[in-house]
Amino acid sequence: MLSIKNLHASIEGTPILKGISLEIKPGEVHAIMGPNGSGKSTLASVLAGREEYEVTEGEVSFKGKDLLELSPEDRAREGVFLAFQYPVEIPGVSSTNFLRTAVNQVREYRGQEPLDAVKFLTLMKEKMKLVEIDQKLLSRALNEGFSGGEKKKNEIFQMAVLEPSLSILDETDSGLDIDALKVVANGVNQLKTKENATIVVTHYQRLLDYIVPDFVHVLYNGRIVKSGAKELALELEEKGYDWIKEEVSGTAV
Amino acid sequence: MTVSTKKDHKLTEAFLLESERLPSSPLFAELKRQAGQVLSDAGLPTIKNEEYKYTGISKRLTDQLPNLGPSAPFADIEQEMKAQEALVRAVGGYTLVCTNGRFQPNLSTVDQQQFVVSSMASLDSDSAAQIGQIEKNEADSFTALNSIFFEDGVYIRVPAGKIIDRPILLINFVKATEKGSCVHPRTYIQVGKNAEVTFIEQTVWLGEATVFVNAVSEWTVGQNAHVRHYTLQNGRKNDLAVTNTRSSIHQDANFTSIVLSLEGGMIRNNLSLDLRASNCEGNMYGLYLLNGKTHVDNHTNVDHMQAHAESNELYKGILTDHSRGVFNGKIFVRQDAQKTNAFQQNNNILLSEDATVNTKPQLEIWADDVKCSHGCTTGQLDEEALFYLRARGIAKDAAKALLLHAFAGEVLDQIKEDGFKEYCETLVHARLGGNY
Repeated sequence: MLSIKNLHASIEGTPILKGISLEIKPGEVHAIMGPNGSGKSTLASVLAGREEYEVTEGEVSFKGKDLLELSPEDRAREGVFLAFQYPVEIPGVSSTNFLRTAVNQVREYRGQEPLDAVKFLTLMKEKMKLVEIDQKLLSRALNEGFSGGEKKKNEIFQMAVLEPSLSILDETDSGLDIDALKVVANGVNQLKTKENATIVVTHYQRLLDYIVPDFVHVLYNGRIVKSGAKELALELEEKGYDWIKEEVSGTAV
Repeated sequence: MTVSTKKDHKLTEAFLLESERLPSSPLFAELKRQAGQVLSDAGLPTIKNEEYKYTGISKRLTDQLPNLGPSAPFADIEQEMKAQEALVRAVGGYTLVCTNGRFQPNLSTVDQQQFVVSSMASLDSDSAAQIGQIEKNEADSFTALNSIFFEDGVYIRVPAGKIIDRPILLINFVKATEKGSCVHPRTYIQVGKNAEVTFIEQTVWLGEATVFVNAVSEWTVGQNAHVRHYTLQNGRKNDLAVTNTRSSIHQDANFTSIVLSLEGGMIRNNLSLDLRASNCEGNMYGLYLLNGKTHVDNHTNVDHMQAHAESNELYKGILTDHSRGVFNGKIFVRQDAQKTNAFQQNNNILLSEDATVNTKPQLEIWADDVKCSHGCTTGQLDEEALFYLRARGIAKDAAKALLLHAFAGEVLDQIKEDGFKEYCETLVHARLGGNY
């Protein structure tokens, strides 16, 4: 589904990603872990099409298309979803109006009829249950005055409504208490199918107790330095990242 | 020497010379005589005048006006009235019509049961004596200029206790004639105790030639009266306009002004609220959407004279191309005006590198127990928000429009009349829907 080959990216001339390669197939959950500043969020941003990053080398194909050629909106319409690390507060834009616009633009791209108000409301109600989000939140302006947990729940709610084939969760767990974490993880698990894939970017192993990955990759200094099964995450939790750093510098020098 | 460069001598003299050709006006003789004196002393402002620093209106008048005389009245506007049907229907109220500043009773729908409206030229001497008492000639040289030149206007009296059931729409059709390129509309509106009225004003510019519209509007808002005043500025790229609006607000009364500036050449709005007594409230809202070389300058002034009054102000602008916005918000709190609440906010979004905004809050506070706040922001569209919307599949243009709507919406939401609000939203929508 997603194939990343030798991806290099920089911001304002500073290289952040220095040759990432990754294959993701439908139905898989990949966890990307690593210390702060290793490039985890950059990878998520580059995949979603954030324009401040410049891809200097490598290629990314998504369902056979050159992902890097697509605008952020077309990536979303093709089925890429980024759950933001810091969801943006947008005063004056109602959550409902925003989501309906998004859903219908995605549908239009896919040659589907737009949803009318009634059908859209039915869809909202169905998905609201899934992520246990309060309807009152959705009658407010987008993310405005939401707590950290509410914002993250809203991200998963949007994911549920848009039904992406590739979801990238960028540190969705950071700052969440255990109850909120469970709700978020539960939402993600319920949305999982054999056809869609998930990339979980996280700093903490804790999330992976609830969203069980098929693969764990350790990102350090812009490269994937170690890949393994879910046990790798436990090892990281126990030993921290220092041993990885030592291993890398040991082999690199 | 410094004094003289603040005055545009040449233009002032030219207008004064022009005024000698005016027919005599016994009804307003004293007002006009005094205005002549004021104009001759103060002169029309150059950009050396601090108050007109960013808005070189006098130079524009000199460069663009073929004729400084007052434009002649005209009556045949059947076609032009038809073009305003959408607005008239949206407002769904009483329609008053002026052409080049002259009131046209036969084109207006008036219900004397609701309010008294009369042509200024046919006022009795007692009523005529009120003109110029609220907005004094000294307040601004353009007010004095208006006083010299106005020959007619609209005088409205809303009787005490009268709740006017529907909004009053005033349409002022203007066009240049051989006689002149200037129109000096004058309105005086007296709202009685406990009365309520909504008043909507729109100027409609006809023909191709540049017109200078120099309006003065005076309001007196009686005790516990409630007034909403909307001004819609949506003309042409070569229009020049100055408005001087002053409202004298009495105890427990409420006056709300909303100015929407969507199109024009150079517009200067001077809005002054005199909060004369305790527990009165003055609200000033504005939205300006500027493109091309349009220049809109909003100078507002709220004068808190007594204790326990409140003022709220929110002006917002979206600017692109080479347009320019100016905002100067003065809050004056006198020593007696304890427990004043005064809030002011001016926010701008610049969509192009060449658009500029000059914004200045001006607070003068002489009382010690007051709550005043002010703030201004000028920036680009929030890139992070734009990306967020796009990352959910919303096209860039649509995402931009969504954000700009949300920005403008805060002002539009202040319009309480549904029909008129929808009309304004449609105008704004058309502007923000991609091709700004």
